[in-house]
Amino acid sequence: MAETPASPPSLPPTPPLWRRLWLPVLVFALLALVPFVWGERFILGLVTRAMIMAIAALSLDLILGYGALVSFGHAAFLGLGAYAVAILFSHDIVDAAIAFPVAILVGAGFAFVTGAISLKTRGVYFIMITLAFGQMAFFTATSLSAYGGDDGLRMFHRSEVFGTRILANDTTFYFVVLGTLAGCFVLLKMIVGSRFGRVLRGAKENERRMRALGFDPFRYRLAAYVIAGAICALAGALFANLGMFVAPAYMTWQRSGEFIAMVVLGGMGTLIGPIIGAIGVTLVEEWLAALTQHWKVIFGPMVVLVAIFARGGIVKLLERVAGK
Amino acid sequence: MSSTLLIIQTLNGLQLGVLLFLIAAGLTLVFGVMDFINLAHGVQYMLGAYLAAMFVAWTGNFFIGIALALICALAFGLLLEVVVMRHLYDRDHLEQVLATFGLILFLNEGVKIVWGAAPLQVPIPDSLSGTIRIADGVLYPVWRLAIIGSGLMVALGLYLIVAKTRVGMLIRAGATNAPMVSALGVDIRRLFMIVFGFGAMLAGFAGSMAAPVFSVEPGMGDNLLILAFVVIVIGGIGSIRGAFIGALLVGLVDTLLRSFSVDLLRLAGLSPSDARTIGPAIASMSIYILMAAVLFFRPTGLFPAKG
Amino acid sequence: MTAPILSLNNLHKAYGALKVTDGVSLDVGAGELHAIIGPNGAGKTTLISEITGEVALDAGTVTFDGADVTALPVHARALKGLTRSFQITQVLPGFTVLENVATAAQAHDGSSFRFFRSAGADRRLNDTAMAALAEVGLAARAALPAASLSHGEKRQLEIAMALVSQPKLLLLDEPMAGMGREETERMVAVLMALKGRYPMVLVEHDMHAVFRLADRISVLVYGQVIASGSPEAVRADPAVREAYLGEEEFG
Repeated sequence: MAETPASPPSLPPTPPLWRRLWLPVLVFALLALVPFVWGERFILGLVTRAMIMAIAALSLDLILGYGALVSFGHAAFLGLGAYAVAILFSHDIVDAAIAFPVAILVGAGFAFVTGAISLKTRGVYFIMITLAFGQMAFFTATSLSAYGGDDGLRMFHRSEVFGTRILANDTTFYFVVLGTLAGCFVLLKMIVGSRFGRVLRGAKENERRMRALGFDPFRYRLAAYVIAGAICALAGALFANLGMFVAPAYMTWQRSGEFIAMVVLGGMGTLIGPIIGAIGVTLVEEWLAALTQHWKVIFGPMVVLVAIFARGGIVKLLERVAGK
Repeated sequence: MSSTLLIIQTLNGLQLGVLLFLIAAGLTLVFGVMDFINLAHGVQYMLGAYLAAMFVAWTGNFFIGIALALICALAFGLLLEVVVMRHLYDRDHLEQVLATFGLILFLNEGVKIVWGAAPLQVPIPDSLSGTIRIADGVLYPVWRLAIIGSGLMVALGLYLIVAKTRVGMLIRAGATNAPMVSALGVDIRRLFMIVFGFGAMLAGFAGSMAAPVFSVEPGMGDNLLILAFVVIVIGGIGSIRGAFIGALLVGLVDTLLRSFSVDLLRLAGLSPSDARTIGPAIASMSIYILMAAVLFFRPTGLFPAKG
Repeated sequence: MTAPILSLNNLHKAYGALKVTDGVSLDVGAGELHAIIGPNGAGKTTLISEITGEVALDAGTVTFDGADVTALPVHARALKGLTRSFQITQVLPGFTVLENVATAAQAHDGSSFRFFRSAGADRRLNDTAMAALAEVGLAARAALPAASLSHGEKRQLEIAMALVSQPKLLLLDEPMAGMGREETERMVAVLMALKGRYPMVLVEHDMHAVFRLADRISVLVYGQVIASGSPEAVRADPAVREAYLGEEEFG
């Protein structure tokens, strides 16, 4: 053959570690500093909320960014996780050691059932059917009159942790959320780089080729959908604890749309991007809302511009700047 | 469950179905011809209602008001097409979804600034107010019958346009194979614009017809938009016939189950209190279950236009 | 001849009135390079897709490696060692060349429901992939995204992906299509080197290459096999000459 090398072939080089890690390290370091620099209750609560949204956006990135599955019902998982915690709470099951795993299982279970149906469809049909399942969850919550219906359901205090109320302290809660976010980030980073993640990404690149290689994309997509649902439900469990309140408004389709905006703005298929996007969107919303009650007139066009111009999102932009 | 109530709710279901059809028709054509997901289609419906409210109040004449509202809805649709939509046709569905989602946020808030957050009322014109006796002891508002009638007429007109005219032929061809139509030398951009503007006007028409029945308020199009998506997914994207059947199906199932689910569950042997708890939940989920079931057995809807 | 690796028994497929496969039966023996030729529209690519399972048959059975695989989906047949390359190259464009081949190797290296260990750092997969890339002459390109390869290089990449798929039979759908003289020569050399190691079904328009490579040739016209035999016998067959009349590329 023409170009058989004399020595045994060597593997291509991988980029240096700092190049891959500088951005996540920076983001998490900044987040860890927040309570020490801006200790006010309001800021702490705001950033905690942003980080919870970041967990949800992170989970959406697994299916949207790595699986090319445009799910428009992701807020349902947030709501399910939140409701699981609050409903258990109303039945005097207040310990996170029980409530959080239940929330995760509920999210995973809903993802398994709806995913098994949705993933049989493609393209716009998938977008619409996930939207419909999201609406189904929303309307179910509004009709749960035993649990507050439209008005939602209150918790008298945050979940206990093995009988203690350590989560009641806002700073402690902040670091629990930050830790969960970091844990989810590392977990998902491993998953997308694993053999499983490679099949998921491959099916996005070229489904026909993957079948011809012997992979059945459906099974991998369903597994990814279940993982995403479980993680988003965990975000929901934290969200219920943040305000000690749940309501159907947690799972409106507008919120699902916001999750998509967060992922795209930050940078799809990067994991760190959706975290930046979620924090950015939450802070911008808060800032605009402080300027005017009609903040959506400004936020809406921003979303349009993101959709039209934000190819690659903030992460690509930062990498380009840093690469210079 | 009395037969009187059944008749009235069936008519209400038809009325919802007809409104849904008017919205879904534009949506499914835009979808089918341009492969474009327009989430902002629901705000066209809302805008139609607001425009009708404004022009009816200005002119003092309902019919002139509606006519002006239609013209403005068309003009606004064309404006939207030129300013935003045409930059999105060759983008991913994801980007289309996101951009039109941003438009919804903007327009829902925009109408609050222009017309205020409080709901507006539109009076029913005198000539069409009052009720009519449609069976023994069953009275039904004339205006609602007028909605059903005019919706059915539009459906017929639309069918004739799509089935018999040259533009209709291009639309059907476009829904099946847009590059082919383009290759035949048709100005596909202009066709897109016509279809989009026309679809916007139909949604606006639905909004102005609905204005006297429902209160005119920000976000009024959002839920109908989602129902309209359910309709076109059930009917098959790009198919007018599918949209029509799907719209009636969704309108009837949703309306009837909302009023009879509790009774039905009690007939099925549930206790009254259980039935009252579960009934509304089942009713509000019913059309989504219907859609999931249709997609499970026919992943491209009942009347797929492509393939 | 020993037991055939692939047996097609009376395959039928019609799209409406158009019969694209009309009673095709043929055997591919172990170690044989079996070429399928025929004019455009004869149903060659459809036949390949019927063998891989992408196109469902109306009637007939496909027996592969001693088992009836007619009812199996594409991915299950692929796992049994039925490996194809595509007429229009199908690679994973955003993956590196190396990762393309490593992904193919991964399909035959246990379950892919492994969530934690990095696949990109997996020595076993990468070594297997590099060896295959060296064999097809693409080792120097390993770190590039597959999308950046030339047309001919993508074809070589497809062959490398096939090689690590533990193939029991290679189905090659026009591997020389769209290639220049030099690239074609390189591909012929690659296939010559593989011949005898793997049984192959080769669909190809380049008659020069086919007659150099094939052990046996079947001629497909309008969905029917009109002749099958050694290159010499097929070349002399009057029915074949008639079917190809006026096509100067023949022989």
